[in-house]
Amino acid sequence: MNLARYARYRYFPLCLGGVFFAIMASIPWLLNEAGAPGSGIAQLDMLNKIGIYALLALSLNIILGQTGLFHMGHTAFFAVGAYATAILNTMYQWPVFSTLPVAGLLAALFALLVAVPIIRLRGDYLLVVTIGIVEIVRICLTNNIFGITGGANGIFGIARPVIFGLAFSSPRQQYYLIWGFTGITVILFYLLEHSRFGRALNYIKQDELAAAGCGINVARYKLAAFCLGAFWAGMAGTLYAANIRSIEPTSFNFFESVIIFAIVILGGAGSITGVILGAFLLIGLQDVFRDFSSARMLIFGAAMIAMMVFRPQGLLPARRRHYGARRYLGKFPCAVRRQCGAAYNPYAEDEGDCV
Amino acid sequence: MEEFLQQLTNGLAVGGIYALLALGYTMVYGILRLINFAHGDLFTLGAYLGFTLLASLGLSGLASGLLAAGVLILLSMGLVAVAGFLLERVAYRPLRKSDRLSAVVSAMGASIFFQNALMLVYGAKSQVYPDGILPEASLILLGTEVPLTRFLMFAASLALMCLLYWFVNRTRVGAAIRAVAIDQDAARLMGIDVNRIISLVFLIGPALGGAAGVMIGLYYGQITHDMGFTFGLKAFIAAILGGIGNIPGAMLGGMLLGIIEALGAAYISIAWKDAIAFCVLILILIFRPTGLLGERVADKV
Repeated sequence: MNLARYARYRYFPLCLGGVFFAIMASIPWLLNEAGAPGSGIAQLDMLNKIGIYALLALSLNIILGQTGLFHMGHTAFFAVGAYATAILNTMYQWPVFSTLPVAGLLAALFALLVAVPIIRLRGDYLLVVTIGIVEIVRICLTNNIFGITGGANGIFGIARPVIFGLAFSSPRQQYYLIWGFTGITVILFYLLEHSRFGRALNYIKQDELAAAGCGINVARYKLAAFCLGAFWAGMAGTLYAANIRSIEPTSFNFFESVIIFAIVILGGAGSITGVILGAFLLIGLQDVFRDFSSARMLIFGAAMIAMMVFRPQGLLPARRRHYGARRYLGKFPCAVRRQCGAAYNPYAEDEGDCV
Repeated sequence: MEEFLQQLTNGLAVGGIYALLALGYTMVYGILRLINFAHGDLFTLGAYLGFTLLASLGLSGLASGLLAAGVLILLSMGLVAVAGFLLERVAYRPLRKSDRLSAVVSAMGASIFFQNALMLVYGAKSQVYPDGILPEASLILLGTEVPLTRFLMFAASLALMCLLYWFVNRTRVGAAIRAVAIDQDAARLMGIDVNRIISLVFLIGPALGGAAGVMIGLYYGQITHDMGFTFGLKAFIAAILGGIGNIPGAMLGGMLLGIIEALGAAYISIAWKDAIAFCVLILILIFRPTGLLGERVADKV
């Protein structure tokens, strides 16, 4: 059995995900066993950072990878979530964990507000407007809008999240919190991708006109994708605020948006595996090459060009989707036969994978 | 009234810069439907090249400061044009056939590359243009003293724009550029070398950007390696404001944006100066997505 055929098996993603998260779960233990200095705190911190970027990239993937909307303003939603948590926690003494849904909802609401007027814009116009939104949000935060964002200094002294009396304070506990959340996200987003909603998004990406022709309300689905992605970015903001404990406007500049955008595109737009791989490569390698300080960004820029020239579809692009074509084979034999060529016999006992 | 005149002239001077930059965006967009995100950084490159030339060639020793500035702008234009030409060859031409997203990411990569290359060469600190190149005289306008440099800036950008307008509308090569912008395949059938025209556009646009870079260095006196991002974005907004792909539109949009921004900064709040341009962008896209002079209906999906 060759690997490509095997990969088509339905439970392959499950196995891959299971193996990946089993490895991730054992990393703190492995670091400890390997005797990394300070139980590998530096490595765990790096992995926490990767986890948050993976979350952000996964949520952007819904908008950019699955719906095909050129959205380069994801940092804005991330910032709204992080600031919501910081403000509620430091000013109103809400426990961090209870701000999680609020941060998500506020980010989604903000996304709805900004997206309604612009959602119908063509690709590159949308790109520029979303860049503008990031800049406006950053300027608002720096100018201490409503007197609650702390201006250029930001907000510090954010508490650690406590769930059922269990405080997530050490890097290791943070690690399990962030990657646990990422794990749940991956499962939910995988299910979403193959749901009616996810298929509609994919259809819009492939052919908007045809999707509209099939009765999909394109604008509404785009808005929904926007809000869902923003909701998740807002929650990632909560985790970020709780992890870093002090936030400032410069952490939410346009460049962060570019990085998240690049993770999705370089990893493989629309592919959850690709996006996670992208997060590891882009954020992890940046950390590894820290010694090169400024030159690493030079390399990063050159690598972005090279990647687009030589492999524009990304490292692990999304595969074409097939939905139980077999079920319909007997019903529309002529159409299917045309697709599959002469080799296909619709009445044979052994149903070959017709793709 | 005095405040208003000051801000108006300031807005016109900066608006000229926006307009020059917007022309680069709009020409590339008109032909390739590509937002050249690295254009703002080519502008920065121009500013830094001007700075280096000024320091190494000792141009300030020229008889007239204005002559020195002119030579500086021309030299910088030439060098930045070469950079733009190479950029198109390396980062955009291989992606001509692939989807637009790849080209956008490649452009982003090019922008990051230029910005960090400049930072590596010149350091992260801002650089200061030497004083005394442009005359420090003032003009009396309606009883208000207005620095002469503003008029010089405005005149220089206007001259470059007129030159471009003449070139595109009155020469054979200009006609070829317009033809390629309308329909590449038809232009090819008419015997136009499309690749050459695209290369030419990537020479002209960055050259104007380089000129704008030197001018901003002379005007503000201070340049930083990351200024191209803000200027580039605002110039792109100016291009949309005037109607993207439309050359007179880019000029009008640039001037208007410069004036709106200067007046907004003066009468609303200086802290929100940078947000004004983005608000203009969102308003224009909601109410008139074709831009002020855009005749072609932008395909709203």
